[in-house]
Order: sequence, then C-alpha cells, then structure tokens
Amino acid sequence: MFLDSWKRAGIAPELFFSTRGRESLWKFLTGMIPPDLSWSFLSLMLRPALETIQISLWGTVIAVLIGFPLGLLGTNTLAVRGILNDAELQGAPVRRSLRYGVYLMARGALSLFRSIPEFVWAFMFVRAVGLGPFPGVLAIGVAYGGMLGKVYSEIFEAVNYRPLEALQSTGANKLQIFFYGWFPQALPNFVSYTLYRWECAVRASAILGLVGAGGLGQQIEISMRMFNFNEVLTILIILFLMVAGVDYLSAKVRALL
Amino acid sequence: MSRPALPNTCDVIRPTAAATSISKWRNGAVLLFFFTFLIWSYRGAEIDLLQLFSRDSFGQILIYFNKLMPPDFSPNVLHEAMKGTIETFAISFMGTLLAVAIALSVVFFASRNLIFSGLLYEMEPKQGWKRRARMVPYLAARCLLNILRTVPEMVWALIFVFLVGLGPFPGVLALGVHTGGVLGKLFGEVLEDVDPQPIESLQATGASRLQILFYGILPQVLPQFISYTLYRWEVNIRMAAVLGLVGAGGLGQRIHIAISLFFEQQLLTLIMAIYILVTIVDYVSAYLRRKVL
Repeated sequence: MFLDSWKRAGIAPELFFSTRGRESLWKFLTGMIPPDLSWSFLSLMLRPALETIQISLWGTVIAVLIGFPLGLLGTNTLAVRGILNDAELQGAPVRRSLRYGVYLMARGALSLFRSIPEFVWAFMFVRAVGLGPFPGVLAIGVAYGGMLGKVYSEIFEAVNYRPLEALQSTGANKLQIFFYGWFPQALPNFVSYTLYRWECAVRASAILGLVGAGGLGQQIEISMRMFNFNEVLTILIILFLMVAGVDYLSAKVRALL
Repeated sequence: MSRPALPNTCDVIRPTAAATSISKWRNGAVLLFFFTFLIWSYRGAEIDLLQLFSRDSFGQILIYFNKLMPPDFSPNVLHEAMKGTIETFAISFMGTLLAVAIALSVVFFASRNLIFSGLLYEMEPKQGWKRRARMVPYLAARCLLNILRTVPEMVWALIFVFLVGLGPFPGVLALGVHTGGVLGKLFGEVLEDVDPQPIESLQATGASRLQILFYGILPQVLPQFISYTLYRWEVNIRMAAVLGLVGAGGLGQRIHIAISLFFEQQLLTLIMAIYILVTIVDYVSAYLRRKVL
C-alpha cells in the first residue's frame, strides 16, 4: 500500500535538489522577505480583509437560515416519534409515512449539502452567479448549512424530555411546547456551536477566493501568479491576525453565555 | 414601565427597575450593533438575494443545473473518476505519513516537560546556562509548528505547485506540512500531560533520560498519538479531494479541468464521486470509533 501510494502520488523528493527546484525554492524564500508592509499595499488589502469578514458573517447567517428549518424537520423526535407525535400518529399510518418521508428528505438534503466541500460549491456558484464575494457567501451558506442542520438536530434530540411532558400534561399545544420547553434548553448549545462555525467560516472564506470567490484568497492568488512573494507573506500575516482576533472575540462571547 | 407598586409576590425577586432598564439598553445596543454590522456586510459582500430569485438569474441557475443533468457514466469517465478517487486516497495517505514524520521529529523539542522543566530536570540548577540553552530549540520548535499550522493547506498547495509543478506531489507536501503542524500541537499537548508517576519511579531506578522516554513516556502516549493521527487522516481525505482545485492532483484537479472545459456532465459524475468518498469515510470512521472507543 505504501509503495502503491508512493507511485500514485508521484512523490519525487529529488525535485527539490535539482537545479530548477533549488532555484525556484531560493527565489521563493528570498522573495518573501521582507514582507511588503508599505502603506499603499496595506490600504489596498484593507478592503479584501473586510470583505472576508463580511462573507463569513453572511455565509453563517444563510447557513443558519438553511440549517435551522432543515434541522427541525430532520429531528427524529420532533417530526416522527416521541411524546409530541405519539397520540396523533397512533392510528394514522398515512400521515406517519408522510411525516417520515419529509424527515428522510430533510436528512438527505443536509447530508448532500455538507458532503460536497465548500470549495466545490464555490466553484459551481462562481459559474452560476459570476465572480466576486457573492458566490463565496452562497458556498459557505450551503456547505455550513448542512453541517449546522445536522448538529442542530442532534442538539434537539438530546434535550431533556421531562419539561416537555410536564408542558403537555398542562394542555399546551405543540407550538407552545416547542417554544417554552424545547427551544430554551437547546439555545446555549445552539449559539456556541454557531459561533464556532463562524470561526471556521472566517478561515474558509479567506481561502475560498483561491477559486475566484472574493476575499483575501483572491489577492493571494493574484500575488502568487505575479510572483510577488513578499505580498503573499503580508497577506498571510493579515490572515493570521484576523483569525486570532476572531478566535478571541468568539471566546469572549462564549464566556458571556 | 412605571407601574403602581402592587403587593405582588412575584415581584420580590425581580431586579430593580433601574437594573432592568440598563440591561435592556445594553441588549438593545448589542442588537443594534449586530444589525448595522449585518447591513454593512450585506452591501460589502455584494449580496443580492432578490437578484438571486429574480427570473433572470434564477433561470440561469436552472439552465446550469439542466446542463449538469444527466451525469456522464461512460466507461472512460468512470475510469477517470475511479483513478481520481484512488489518487486522492494515495495523496491523503502519503500526506498523513509525512505529517507524522514531521510532527514526531519536532514534537519532543516542543513539549515543555521533555526539554527544560519538570521532573526530568529538577536536579539541574534553576538559573544555569544549560537551561537557557535548552530554551532555544524549544522556542524554535514551537515557532515552526505555529507557522506550519497557521498557513492553510490550500495556500501551502499553491506554494508547492509553484515549487515542484502540477500534479499530486504538491498536494502530498501541502497536506504533510500543514497536518504536521496540527499533529505537532496535538502530540505536544498529549506529551505535556503524561502521568508523572511511572517517570518518577523509572528515574528512581537510575534510568537515563532516553530510557525514560522509551519506557516511561512513549507507551503512555502512543494510543492517543494513533487516534489523533487517524482523525487527521480522515480530515485529509476530504481535503485531498479539493486540493486539486489549485492544481495539486486528485479528484479536485479533474473537477477543475471539467469546469474549465465546460464538461458539465462529467463534472456531476466527479462531484458524485466526492460525495460517495466522503460519505464512506464518514461511515467507516464512525464505525471504527464505536468499535475502538
């Protein structure tokens, strides 16, 4: 297996020691230092950096908009089984199978959304709506919507059922049970997981640009294509600072919860 | 909210009016800030949801999806997809091996309790120059791991494509280098909280430091090292599938070619291959985790 992989992956360490490899390595390393910290370049990078944050924010918003309803429908205990539906679906096989169909469809959609990587989504959306930050937003929204939906349904399934039964015995209807019994229990986990996904979205949106979807990634690709390695280093430093800042911010928010 | 003070028992534990109004103000300010931020981002990211659902561009998306259908299942496309999948697998495998090699060669210098402090060194004078000299490889190793980890795989791939040319090899290097940084950090954390008791008893029998490492520390950390490595391998398979979009082999490169040449039906076949690969990896790893843990 090792040898087969070695051959298939075309591993050729001697490339680094050939003259051409040495030359390009040298060019790269010397080209990177010092980083380009001139004011004109930094101010040029300000917009893509902000754009990256904006993409990640709206990507996460769309992900929540996709993930929440699908997650609800994909929750076993909310849609098909459990105390909410037992009495209603007892003698109604048609309604039960209908509900089950909806449940399976929601699950299938979520798994489709999250199994296709966000890069591939971005590539397809670039084709569908054109270059720029918007395809990045859509790609993050769809791919992360799938992940969020799955985690939301897991959170919903893990709530404590005692309060729900108590509410039901007082004669609350389904909507009331959901809003007063179910949702408050799930909310803290919800918020913290969504924040975590936002952190990931910042990272992802920064590099989604490599396939043409706006943000810092696009600038990295441009600088790389023009062999301006000092600019690449600068952008990497900006990226590092941004990710560290977002980590810090979301840790603060989570500590508040 | 100026209600007349009624003898209401429910009011006893409520916060005072001033406190509620302050927290209300604060919540309001946070919400306002959040919504301004959202609107600002909406404009900045050039989002146009209305346009997305207008007849014009929605029609365009529909046309695109129609072009994708039906997937191209002719034998040579399937063969190519199969080859891409196997190549993706090979890239992730070699990349993870490289990562383990990198992590293992660096991590022993990057964990505090092995290199300059803790039980192993408590006999040495605290302020000695030797201790300070030991700080140097420690800090260097830490720094190296941080750099490797912070630069995303995609960017590494871009760099290595420039250095060694197109093909699966830059993908292997990119995965290996980035994952090496991640594994180095994870391994380091495991090493830093080993159980000190076996080490102490080994030390009491007069074992040398190298002996302590091999007989006291490694047996403790090896299971966790292996489980972290398997986890990262799983992540890497997924990553290897898309690294090709910047020219680093595997399924991604075939997707890139199919998109650039407008072979939409082949594209759908390749995307389905990714979907199947990712789903299988998900199930297998969930199964293994249930079995092992």
